[in-house]
Amino acid sequence: MSTLAALAATTDNPVADFGDTPWWLSLVKALLVFVFLLINTLLVIWFERRVIGRMQQRPGPNRAGPFGLLQTLADGVKLALKEDIVPKAADKIMFWAAPAIAGAMAFVSFAIIPMGGTVWMFGHKTPLQLTDTPIATLLVLAVAGVGVYGIVLAGWSSGSTYPLLGGLRSSAQVISYEIAMGLALVAVFLYAGSMSTSQIVFAQNDLWYIVPAFFSFVVYVITMVGETNRLPFDLAEGEGELTGGFHTEYSSLKFAMFFLGEYVNMFTVSALATTLFLGGPAAPPGIAAIGDGMLNGGWWGLLWFVVKLWLFMFFFVWLRGSLPRVRYDQFMRLGWKVLIPTTLVWVVMVAFIRAAELGFLGDSKVSLLGRDFPRATLFIIACIALAVLVAAWFYDNHQVKRRAELEEARAMDEEIDPFAGGHPVPPLPGQRLVEPPLALSAARPAPVTDSGSEENRG
Amino acid sequence: MNGLTSYSYAPLLFFAAIGAGFAVFSVAAGALAGPKRYNRAKLEAYECGIQPSPHAEGGGRVPIKYYLTAMLFIIFDIESVFLYPFAVAFEQMGLFALVEMVLFILTVFVAYAYVWRRGGLEWD
Repeated sequence: MSTLAALAATTDNPVADFGDTPWWLSLVKALLVFVFLLINTLLVIWFERRVIGRMQQRPGPNRAGPFGLLQTLADGVKLALKEDIVPKAADKIMFWAAPAIAGAMAFVSFAIIPMGGTVWMFGHKTPLQLTDTPIATLLVLAVAGVGVYGIVLAGWSSGSTYPLLGGLRSSAQVISYEIAMGLALVAVFLYAGSMSTSQIVFAQNDLWYIVPAFFSFVVYVITMVGETNRLPFDLAEGEGELTGGFHTEYSSLKFAMFFLGEYVNMFTVSALATTLFLGGPAAPPGIAAIGDGMLNGGWWGLLWFVVKLWLFMFFFVWLRGSLPRVRYDQFMRLGWKVLIPTTLVWVVMVAFIRAAELGFLGDSKVSLLGRDFPRATLFIIACIALAVLVAAWFYDNHQVKRRAELEEARAMDEEIDPFAGGHPVPPLPGQRLVEPPLALSAARPAPVTDSGSEENRG
Repeated sequence: MNGLTSYSYAPLLFFAAIGAGFAVFSVAAGALAGPKRYNRAKLEAYECGIQPSPHAEGGGRVPIKYYLTAMLFIIFDIESVFLYPFAVAFEQMGLFALVEMVLFILTVFVAYAYVWRRGGLEWD
């Protein structure tokens, strides 16, 4: 019991201090974050179309407003004035509820993202973060899980074939990638010792987690593309196969809700990546040192946060502009057979490295590059490197053998006709050239058989 | 370190309420603002212009593969649920937790290898 009490006492609470934030200020901040997200969504849709346009050597939308900036707004108004079609076979209630769920759930997670330092706002000292709890990161995963209901219900309730397939695909896709995503985050929690977002940002003062948890970062970036149904993983709405996927039957503002939800989700996962791996609102290392941190913290944090957020947005657009959609079985294979096992192994490695750092495996230290490393850390890293090398060697050997076997087993005809394809092909070793047919026999018409005449008639 | 009372869940509710209010308002507004022009073909299920395939009651039957994926998901989700508190409390628990967690992950890995060998992860 005493150990439990001790554990509870040392449980990491958020660093951000909300003591001086009255409830009305929280409400104001909630409105501000909401407006921030809406404006960013309007901008990013324009940004995406412009950037993709440039990538495809065309200008993109440039008519509505300066540089076409108001294009998204115009599209929104257009959607609002379109007819709201509810198909005859649809389940009416769920058909209504699905876009509402998708739109509403997209917003919730952003509440726990630290967007800046502590600032004065209406006479109160408050962090630029709506709220924080000891389980903040878990909350994002939970809300993402509820958001899937929007897509699944949309697919199911439409009473149509393509949406049903899209909804099912999407549910399987999102839950598969949620595992790898959840496991990748364990490494961050091991380093930070907390799930509170402000605590994680605070723990990165020394070094952003993209360095010690690089593999987690890579896995997180892959899975966040899968989670948000974005290209190259937008199989839930693959227009070549499923017309529109889960939102085929939706029109008017109901469709706009799915569209909005997708983009807000992109912002949420990018903001989480920024928080967990890129130091959140902290200034980049070089700039943070200028003037004793005068460009770090406070309102400056918002600037760095937005810059990092939009770098991820550009990455999303870049992916869409350069990669084709993957096949569904390839996508599932990547998730289940590559990401999950490698992430699990990575988590175990990080646990060992962390144990060595905390002195669980002995206390002797080695000085290297001006820093003190525990001897056990170096030993473990050496072991991991060795294991990776041996595994790579075995894998390579296996591949070479497999290729040789495949080559050996390749079916080879005894004879080849060097002019069969219209151009001369030399025979392989062991192959015989087909004797050229005599002119007379070649000119003779083919013998008429029953099956042959059958085919001709058919 | 601050006291337990410093943070609260109330702002989360504010934010969720704003988001939900906006979403519900938009969905309702779309239905009210748009025109209504009845057309029999428009209300059929969309299948690229061909006669829509008949739809079974209650969504019809779904390949068992999806069920299998959901079951596997639960196994691994439980695993991450156990890994989270371990990761957060790692500093306080020491070597014991490390050994326990490695044993736990190994146990789940055995199940994973079994599923892989039996073809549970194939998608065709």
